[in-house]
Amino acid sequence: MKKIEAIIKPFKLEDVKDALAEIGITGMTVSEVKGYGSQKGHSELYRGAEYVVDFLPKIKMEMIVSGDMVDKVTSTIVETARTGKIGDGKIFVSDIEKIIRIRTGEEDSEAI
Amino acid sequence: MKKWLIALMLALPSLALAEDVLDTGDTAWMMISTALVLLMTPAGLALFYGGMTRSKNVLNTYAMVFGAFVVGFIMWIIAGYSIAFGTAESAAVNKVIGGFGNLFLSNIKWTDLSSMGAFPDFVFVVFQGTFAAITVAIASGSVIERIKFSTWLVFVAIWTVAVYAPIVHLVWGGGFLFDEGALDFAGGTVVHMNGGLAGLVLAVLVGKRTGFNKVAMKPMSVMLTALGAAILWFGWYGFNGGSAFGANAIAGLAFLTTTIATAMAAITWMAAEWFIYKKPTLLGLASGAVAGLVAITPAAGFVDVTGAFILGIVGSLFAFWGVTVLKKKLGYDDSLDAFGIHFLAGLFGALATAFLAVKDNDLLWDGPLKESGDRIGQFMVQLESVVVVGLFTLVGTVVVYYIATALTGGARVDEECETMGLDESVHGEKYMNS
Repeated sequence: MKKIEAIIKPFKLEDVKDALAEIGITGMTVSEVKGYGSQKGHSELYRGAEYVVDFLPKIKMEMIVSGDMVDKVTSTIVETARTGKIGDGKIFVSDIEKIIRIRTGEEDSEAI
Repeated sequence: MKKWLIALMLALPSLALAEDVLDTGDTAWMMISTALVLLMTPAGLALFYGGMTRSKNVLNTYAMVFGAFVVGFIMWIIAGYSIAFGTAESAAVNKVIGGFGNLFLSNIKWTDLSSMGAFPDFVFVVFQGTFAAITVAIASGSVIERIKFSTWLVFVAIWTVAVYAPIVHLVWGGGFLFDEGALDFAGGTVVHMNGGLAGLVLAVLVGKRTGFNKVAMKPMSVMLTALGAAILWFGWYGFNGGSAFGANAIAGLAFLTTTIATAMAAITWMAAEWFIYKKPTLLGLASGAVAGLVAITPAAGFVDVTGAFILGIVGSLFAFWGVTVLKKKLGYDDSLDAFGIHFLAGLFGALATAFLAVKDNDLLWDGPLKESGDRIGQFMVQLESVVVVGLFTLVGTVVVYYIATALTGGARVDEECETMGLDESVHGEKYMNS
């Protein structure tokens, strides 16, 4: 069982969600985050005063998949979320020890 | 015998002087104008300023403007009106202030008509009171996010009576600048230069915000600021139109010149930003509009279409320069550009009036231009009024600031409060609760 965390540009959320639904991913957790990597430093202008803003808004998607789905999911995310410009984001894959579905008590692969 | 007696009795009403009889049209217009100018402070200016404040201080900014209105207005009733528009017993004293004969509006009856027109004196008192309140409220923009709320309110109370009211008397109420023939239709000098300069003085005395020029201090909502600017524009029809003191053609002229100058100023600021920074901003549109409103204020009932265009375009460019170049160069934290927009555009308008006012004796007030078409002479009078008012405001604001600071034990919130935000530390409120 693996956890896939993807940081993507906010406007890509709908596209990625729809593409993942097509390959069978039906649940995820999404949060609004801010951060920077090599995209740091975009500026905003207020009455001629320029503000350099370090943190940029991003979306973090988290989902749990079985080990054999990992490659399909990551390549779907990469294809849909990529714009080719700096700031497209990153994907992290990690191990999950245990899963429990609260409603039924099902565990591990039955709970995915 | 009887016939001529009847004829005489029928003729008597037409012999009554216009000023002795209340004109319902003029009175209705002045009342509406008053309400329009009122809207400019607790709604227009409060939103204009509030929207540009960081979210942790937005309620405090709004409260400073709202508070300035209510405190300033009451001080006007208590003593401001008397000093501004009263007539001091000694002619020498009356050159500067109007004396204390009308404290708490004593010696004014509800049936008295204003000397300015065919409407009640009480309506005039309220109308002018809304001007007093917005003048001092303008200065709040320079010291947002760091001045103590108590110090601000005490400052407002004293400044309205000690600085604003005498200036009104000098320029409008029968003081020596009025006698010299200074032209200020609705308060370019009295309100905007005055309030804007007071703001700068306060900004320098209170000091810069912690983190100024290092930390990003972003406006909470430019949309609120633009809405505030629109409400200011709406209300300004009462500000300029009501300064004609009647529902008449001069008010109509002021309506037109105000609209032209404001629209041109907004377009000019937008064009300047587009050209220089490649991105026209909504904040720029709103700021340009306000700069235009300020620039036309001293001239609304004196200039024609051409004059309105010039005042809007040049007034906006002057304010734009003040906000984007001068402020950076001199490094003061006039946070919301009360000096940059109100003082500079007001200064330009006041001086340009000498050259742009139409030589039409039905429009002009007494002065060198009206008497002999002497534009240079009129310019010298405008310059004199600008310098006299400027110096008085400068010194007066410093003095009132120190009194207010002494009475409230320091003008500035401590660093922890400033970092936490004044909404929480001073007011115990949040602007938004989910």
